[in-house]
Amino acid sequence: MDKKVEFKKGTYCFGAPVKHQKYLDLPFAREWQPHNEDWGLPHNWKEIIIQGMKTLLNRYRSFKLFMDVCVRCGACADKCHFFIGTGDPKNMPVLRAELLRSVYRRYFTLQGRIFGRLVGARDLTEEILKEWFYYFYQCTECRRCSLYCPYGIDTCEITMMGRELLNLLGCNIQWIIEPASNSYRTGNHLGVPPLAFKETMEFAVDEIKELTGIKIDVPINKKGAEVLFVAPSADYFASPHWYTLLGYLMLFHEVGLDYTWSAFASEGGNFGLFHSYELMKKLNAKIYEEAKRLRVKWILGGECGHMWRVIHQYMDTINGPADFLEEPVSPITGTRFENAKSTKVVHIAEFTADLIFHNKLKLDKSRNDKWVVTFHDSCNTARSMGLFEEPRFILRNVCNRFYEMPENTIREKTFCCGSGAGLGADENLEARLKGGFPRAYAVKYVKEKYGVNMVACMCAIDKASLPTLFEYWVGGVDVCGIHELVGNALVMTGEMERTKDLRGEPLSSGKNNEDLRQ
Amino acid sequence: MSTKLIYALTFTIFLVTIPIIGVGILKLEFLFSIVVPYLALAIFFLGSIHRVVLWSTSPQPFNITLSAGQNKSFRWIRTSYVESPHSKFGVILRMITEVLLFRSLLRNEMVKTHESRWLVFTPKKGLWFLAMIFHYSLLVIVLKHLRFFFEPTPFFLDLILRIDKFFELSLPSLSLTEVLVLVGTVGLLLRRILSKEIKYISLFGDYFILLLILTLVLTGILLKHSFRVDLLDVKRFCIGLFTFNPHVPSKVGLTFYVHLFFVSVLLVYFPYSKLVHAKGVFFSPTRNLPNNSRQKRYINPWNYPVKVKSYEEWEEEYRDMLKEANIPLDKEEKGP
Ligand code: SF4
Ligand code: SF4
Ligand code: SF4
Repeated sequence: MDKKVEFKKGTYCFGAPVKHQKYLDLPFAREWQPHNEDWGLPHNWKEIIIQGMKTLLNRYRSFKLFMDVCVRCGACADKCHFFIGTGDPKNMPVLRAELLRSVYRRYFTLQGRIFGRLVGARDLTEEILKEWFYYFYQCTECRRCSLYCPYGIDTCEITMMGRELLNLLGCNIQWIIEPASNSYRTGNHLGVPPLAFKETMEFAVDEIKELTGIKIDVPINKKGAEVLFVAPSADYFASPHWYTLLGYLMLFHEVGLDYTWSAFASEGGNFGLFHSYELMKKLNAKIYEEAKRLRVKWILGGECGHMWRVIHQYMDTINGPADFLEEPVSPITGTRFENAKSTKVVHIAEFTADLIFHNKLKLDKSRNDKWVVTFHDSCNTARSMGLFEEPRFILRNVCNRFYEMPENTIREKTFCCGSGAGLGADENLEARLKGGFPRAYAVKYVKEKYGVNMVACMCAIDKASLPTLFEYWVGGVDVCGIHELVGNALVMTGEMERTKDLRGEPLSSGKNNEDLRQ
Repeated sequence: MSTKLIYALTFTIFLVTIPIIGVGILKLEFLFSIVVPYLALAIFFLGSIHRVVLWSTSPQPFNITLSAGQNKSFRWIRTSYVESPHSKFGVILRMITEVLLFRSLLRNEMVKTHESRWLVFTPKKGLWFLAMIFHYSLLVIVLKHLRFFFEPTPFFLDLILRIDKFFELSLPSLSLTEVLVLVGTVGLLLRRILSKEIKYISLFGDYFILLLILTLVLTGILLKHSFRVDLLDVKRFCIGLFTFNPHVPSKVGLTFYVHLFFVSVLLVYFPYSKLVHAKGVFFSPTRNLPNNSRQKRYINPWNYPVKVKSYEEWEEEYRDMLKEANIPLDKEEKGP
């Protein structure tokens, strides 16, 4: 436990640029890098941390409890993908928590104060701070460990607390602070200003026209629409997210949904979640604000993992009540989304599954025949929402060949992509690849067994990180969103004969793959 | 062997010598049979209450339940009532199976990276099994002790005693629970010593509690078999303790004092160690909250406001661009 942490290139994220720290008004904004010998900490940093711990202990029962009840049974030890991938003992969830717990013992418990090291208490030192940074930014807050813990100890909570504490001293990473500051400034994490936002939407309209012959309409900031649609901004700026966007747009057009995008709430993803309560709340607030201003009835949310963690478990609590909205009802099927009665935000997989169940869509599965598909449960929609069946129901209806990965690696037991919780940077690629190893190997398994060549998922970070991961470990496997496959299969009224899929590649009628289908 | 284990062993031996010296040499029977147990009980009760108060005074700000099954959504999708409960009833079921059957532990599986770098999963129920027999045999043993506190012995105790006796092994005349608790304790201890990972995460306290219980069990067995003690005297002592009518037992021997002293140590240790997990499990927010956070608003008592950027500010900042993009504005002209 006492080995000094070594910042090896490729395993940690870089510090945040001062400009963005200042924009968000973060404490002790300064140029700072984790590998620096001298972290330039304020002289009273110890008091700040201990005072901070005290505040958090008083605010979060989860924190206090999880500090006290671990029995070190080790059930969680080999459940973390970072431990499986790196073999670093401090990546065992129990030890990750112990890094903080040992300090808690020293300053907040009687036995720790008296017996010190004998009972596993440690004095706070700069070394420990560095260790916190290293290991709390090697946790994707995926909550897999919590599933196996007999007391439900959630190391994600502990990582969140650890990060909150580091923030007090201005130790943040670029890949969280920059997107967060962009979101705050422009409305979305890529920093896309409204003009460019509009232009990309027009670009999507053109592309759909080319593919289907249909000119669709993309309403932006339209007052009085029935539904506000919020998606992660990567959907309209990155690939392969882009094809999912085309899928959404085609679907909305086809069913005639009266909806609108918002150029202000143009980001669902919430990088604040990986930083602190305050930042999460700050970034999330604009969604309800826009819903109110645009006088919509309810909100529909796109494919994104951490956006949905926030919507499902935090949004109503931090920025609600949403009493200016109505209980969501699908205008097409009349279904009441009772499970979203209070928050008034419906997940797009729920929305589409309901459409398919009521036979409102004409789907030609064979258009996806070149894909042998498997589904990666994003940890947030899995373990923090329980959204398992809807996406699978959709997949079974839009493609002919869908195979599950081994059951220890899907649904509630799903393995993270290794890049969540703000770790999807470039500089820590080695850590990401190691962390994503279990997921990649489950994919490799189904690739060899069933010929899987497409991994569908519902998370923007997954779509960004999985392609690299699979290229490294597996090879020959693509990544897509659920709604890309929906868009491919969707037979639109008045469409011309489709020859290309949403990626602009020739639509296969399944002929060239017949041999794979045994 | 790990140094922590050596410390724990030394400490346990040290604790054994205290009553031996105290009663055997210094003849402090009153201190060890009356003062220490009362003190220990007081610390146990106050400490336990204090701990629960500590937990309860911090609010649980968010509904962070862990969904381990399908959330309730449409009528045509099967909901997982226990693994992702959306009602109180479901939560209760989840908690009961968690507390009584160690449900999460039952999920345990071992994952190993194979030479070819495959991941191999093997179910690992050993820990669950050890934990079950350990906790349940301890429970039965504690219940069995109640016979010292009640006159006449309640019928359910009689039943337990008889069942337990029924399985009694002739040699060396151990009852079923005694065998099980030994297997459980030694098994858990061996696990900590033999498994590399578990050894790495183990602390002094993790070894100590097992050694403490082992000592308790061994002295208990000794009391029952080798050094016959006057059970009536023990009963008088116990009833005396709880009717605040203290009686110093005289026909019991040193082993009894060691046993009693360890019970006291356990009571004192309980609220200040990882043993609080016994109460903590009921408080666990990942298990005791329903997965209905979109259906019912969850309240955070300290939900303080933060500074946000409003739409007006944003519109002001991007006014020209919004105009150019033909995106409708709230205010047509620049604000004052
Ligand atoms: S499973 Fe839970 S109790 Fe066991 S070591 Fe991990 S966190 Fe601690
Ligand atoms: S939350 Fe996920 S990444 Fe973090 S310790 Fe647990 S299993 Fe590992
Ligand atoms: S990116 Fe996806 S898989 Fe990775 S942590 Fe987020 S939700 Fe989980």
